[in-house]
Amino acid sequence: MKELFIILLSTILVNNYMLARIMGTCPFIGVSNQFDTAMGMAAAVIFVMSLAAAVTWMVQYYLLVPLGLGFLQTVSFILVIAALVQLIEMIILKMSPTLYRALGIYLPLITTNCAVLGVAVINVREGYNFIQAVISGTGGGIGFSLVLIAMAALREKLNTAPIAKSFQGFPLALIITAQMAMAFLGFSGFNLEKLFGL
Amino acid sequence: MIVNSLLILGGMGLVFGVALAVAAKLLAVEHDPKVDMILGVLPGANCGACGYPGCNGLAKAISEEKAPCGSCLVGGSSVAAKIAEIMGVALEAGDGPKFSRLMCAGGKGIAKDIAEYKGIDTCAAANAVSGGFKACSYGCLGIGSCVRECPFDAMYMGEDGLPKIDDSKCTGCGKCVSVCPRKLLALRSAEEPVNVVCCSKAPIPKSKQDCSAVCIGCQICVKNCPTSAISMNGTVAVIDNSKCTKCGICVQKCPVKCIHNLFGPDSDLRVEA
Repeated sequence: MKELFIILLSTILVNNYMLARIMGTCPFIGVSNQFDTAMGMAAAVIFVMSLAAAVTWMVQYYLLVPLGLGFLQTVSFILVIAALVQLIEMIILKMSPTLYRALGIYLPLITTNCAVLGVAVINVREGYNFIQAVISGTGGGIGFSLVLIAMAALREKLNTAPIAKSFQGFPLALIITAQMAMAFLGFSGFNLEKLFGL
Repeated sequence: MIVNSLLILGGMGLVFGVALAVAAKLLAVEHDPKVDMILGVLPGANCGACGYPGCNGLAKAISEEKAPCGSCLVGGSSVAAKIAEIMGVALEAGDGPKFSRLMCAGGKGIAKDIAEYKGIDTCAAANAVSGGFKACSYGCLGIGSCVRECPFDAMYMGEDGLPKIDDSKCTGCGKCVSVCPRKLLALRSAEEPVNVVCCSKAPIPKSKQDCSAVCIGCQICVKNCPTSAISMNGTVAVIDNSKCTKCGICVQKCPVKCIHNLFGPDSDLRVEA
């Protein structure tokens, strides 16, 4: 149990997919303009990352490993994630139009979010079992959401600030991302095992 | 090895493809056939100038009667007519493509300043400082937040300190309208050209000292309009575009010159093409 908690906490804070591994920068910069859209994207990312972690784990250990086709990992994971997102979109549209409207355009956008693929690949590299993989996926989603929402809140404040023209928009967003990444670097000093007495 | 990998990857692709095709049939959600018909008429450029996420979003909004038939700026009046036919409604005046227009004629030398503003360079900030630096607390501040907001580079500040709009670039997206703290910008189509360009809510009698283009509530336009399209709405005159015949009598009769044909050649608020 404690081990799962450490995986969760480390994917959220220490190995944050956005700030520590620098994955998913495009959707991060793209949808952090407004707080509301960031919330929608955050929900969609958590959802898809957890599911993708589960399904890609099964593909890896029930399909690729027994047949000795480990080198097909990346391409088959991309295929799985793309198909999965499409299927989820259809199911959500049928089951809950309200949720579909809330997630909106962000659900299909996630197909191309490299953080989702990153979660799947890193789960395999770390040798996680099924439960650990799902927890790591959820944690990755929560970590990404945390940073995305914090960034959106920051950028909304920046809208009213007097900023030199050459720094408006993306340049400043990238600078802020770098500063946030440096701040998050502080979490890597945590010895999580000691912290929870393992 | 090669056969295996081909089989696995090809097989996965096939399984997913079939599964998605079956799912699409099974999970098909019934929707308004009008959406597809409207989508067929729209240009399909997904430019987003209408303010909706792509043509699909606009088609949905029109079918739910949330957007007027003429919302597509790229398609213009021909597309608007086809959509109106699908929706089974008549095209209304003002359904054509819209352009941003400033509803204030109080530029430099016309409206008086009572203070000098040196602060944050946005209209909202200037407006927040004790009602702005202009004598008229309803007129254009001329700092140009709208110009900076325009995503199409269609606005610039004129020499009179009022924003000007380039109609060849303006898509009528309405971003400038929402950014103006004094709500002085409005979207107008060529079918509704005659407008009272004053938004002053100051009580009548208004002082012409503060701004020589303020609507003083004299009602000369109301009395002279041949189709009685003009009425007083509180402290300013308003023109009912469904009755307006664009005869231009009010534009000539207005003693303070605050009624303009915003699409005609005479108004200095006219927009350079």
